[in-house]
Amino acid sequence: MKLRFVTLLLGAFVFLFPFYYMLIGSLQAEPDPSVGGAFPRPDNLTGRNYAEIDAAINLGRTLINSGVFTGGVLLGTLVGGVLAGYALARLRFRGRGAVFNLMLLVQVVPFQLLTIPLYVLIVRNYGLADSYLGMILPFAINSTAVFVFRQYFLLLPAELFDAARVDGASELRILWSVAIPLVKPALLTGVLLTFIGPWNEFLWPFLITKQQDLQPLAVALSNYLTTVSARAANPFGAVLAGACVLAAPAVGLFIIFQRQFISQSIESGVKG
Amino acid sequence: MTVTDRPTIRDAPDHRVPARRGRPGRVNGRQPIGALLVTPYLVFLLVVFAYPLCYAVYISFHDYFFAAPGAVVDRPFVGLQNYRTVLADPAVRRSFVNVGIFLVINVPLTAVLSLTLAGALNKAVRWRTFFRVSYYVPYVTASVAVVGVWLFLFNSDGLVNSILGPLAPDPSWLVSSALAMPTVAVYVTWKQLGFFILLYLAALQNLSKDLYEAAAMDGAGRFASFWNVTVPGVRPATTLVVLLATVTGANLFTEPYLLTGGGGPDGASASPVLIMYQRGIEQGSPDIGAAIGILLVIGVLLLALVERRLVGRDD
Repeated sequence: MKLRFVTLLLGAFVFLFPFYYMLIGSLQAEPDPSVGGAFPRPDNLTGRNYAEIDAAINLGRTLINSGVFTGGVLLGTLVGGVLAGYALARLRFRGRGAVFNLMLLVQVVPFQLLTIPLYVLIVRNYGLADSYLGMILPFAINSTAVFVFRQYFLLLPAELFDAARVDGASELRILWSVAIPLVKPALLTGVLLTFIGPWNEFLWPFLITKQQDLQPLAVALSNYLTTVSARAANPFGAVLAGACVLAAPAVGLFIIFQRQFISQSIESGVKG
Repeated sequence: MTVTDRPTIRDAPDHRVPARRGRPGRVNGRQPIGALLVTPYLVFLLVVFAYPLCYAVYISFHDYFFAAPGAVVDRPFVGLQNYRTVLADPAVRRSFVNVGIFLVINVPLTAVLSLTLAGALNKAVRWRTFFRVSYYVPYVTASVAVVGVWLFLFNSDGLVNSILGPLAPDPSWLVSSALAMPTVAVYVTWKQLGFFILLYLAALQNLSKDLYEAAAMDGAGRFASFWNVTVPGVRPATTLVVLLATVTGANLFTEPYLLTGGGGPDGASASPVLIMYQRGIEQGSPDIGAAIGILLVIGVLLLALVERRLVGRDD
């Protein structure tokens, strides 16, 4: 019994310590890599790192970019994903099996294979470099979320739909007034699952945004990390301050909604 | 059936739309409006997935280069020449070896640690939510954000080395050609572990208590019942964990790009995706990049087949 609890505590320490250290480091006036540096000292605390990173990469602007990118993906996933999830779960039509299989295939082929052709198409052929549309397009409808939505629409009793159809309701009306209100928790799960993707995504926006005022925070921060930080007074402090700003929304949302996050999405994923 | 504390998909009755109830189906199915509803998603899949997939193959077989939009240029078919160039490139070969080293460390470590922690978590009474949340936090955080802390921790004069004192490796973790890739592999294991712990946790909650009771009756100790009941019981989850960890590992880019300054020292931690980016986009040879991508995917698929054989014996 004791051993198990100690293992879990040790694990929690290993997982959480870097986040604690991130926060401490972001508040240190002078970087202190010694063991003592892991404990806050009042005389070494400052908010200057946040001001410094804000001056270097304009936190407000990059946060808005991250927000627009994430919001666009969420909107596309909610609208396109709910329609598709409902149709795949509840409606019989020609080609349903093919769409379903394609959806599963998408989860297996790594995005990286598509990086080069998507770059050629979106940046070179469609001229969508340095645009929100180009950023959002490859992620516009999250297939995992479509799958989760479908699983939840499948759980609703068939009688409900039969009754609504007998009453003469159209499919869209049934979806809007019967099905969606019943699967609200799934929609929340879908939103949370989808949120962390574009919010944390690095490679794609990194490839297609060269203009600084369109870069999401993750891209701007990495550019700061690779180029500017060598010249800054307290490079780690500024990087860690930016890291805290980037991590906070995802971690915060996750902690608030952690039950939805864990119990529903993961188990439906395992089952699939 | 196991009884869990909350409704889940597996406990619910299956309400799939029954085939052919009532009138016989028309040519377009009973509800052709379904086709209309999936249209946005289908268009998305074709534009962002199916077409680029075919286009990647096309690019890899042609002498493809960037040109101004609309410009008519000749991009002749060159057969396997791009693939020959790629396979002859020592940097590419090195990157495939590197990702091999990565997977050899990352995949077993992921499976063992996540099953161990999930097993402990499954039986824990106190602080369950706290543990679950703490294990999952790195997974939901952007790699770019946590890379900053790891650089701070594993720097030559970072916290890890100041704790290790004279035991600190020289050259240090991320600048040593022997240690850079293992350090990246450990970083990614740590970052992703929460997700795999939850996969195992879901599988463990499915295991029947009767089996453990039977094992205990037969006099099995804790270790024996873990090895003979738990490990076979979660085999489908293990298959999934191993396959997903492999696919994630093959996609490695952000970590070597940021942690080791673009795959350093001297290419010792460069991943195939990193080389694909450098050759394909930085150096303007998308044909070479596409060929690397396709070789990588073929490699991953072969590896996945082998792993399925090894791990998922029963299915």
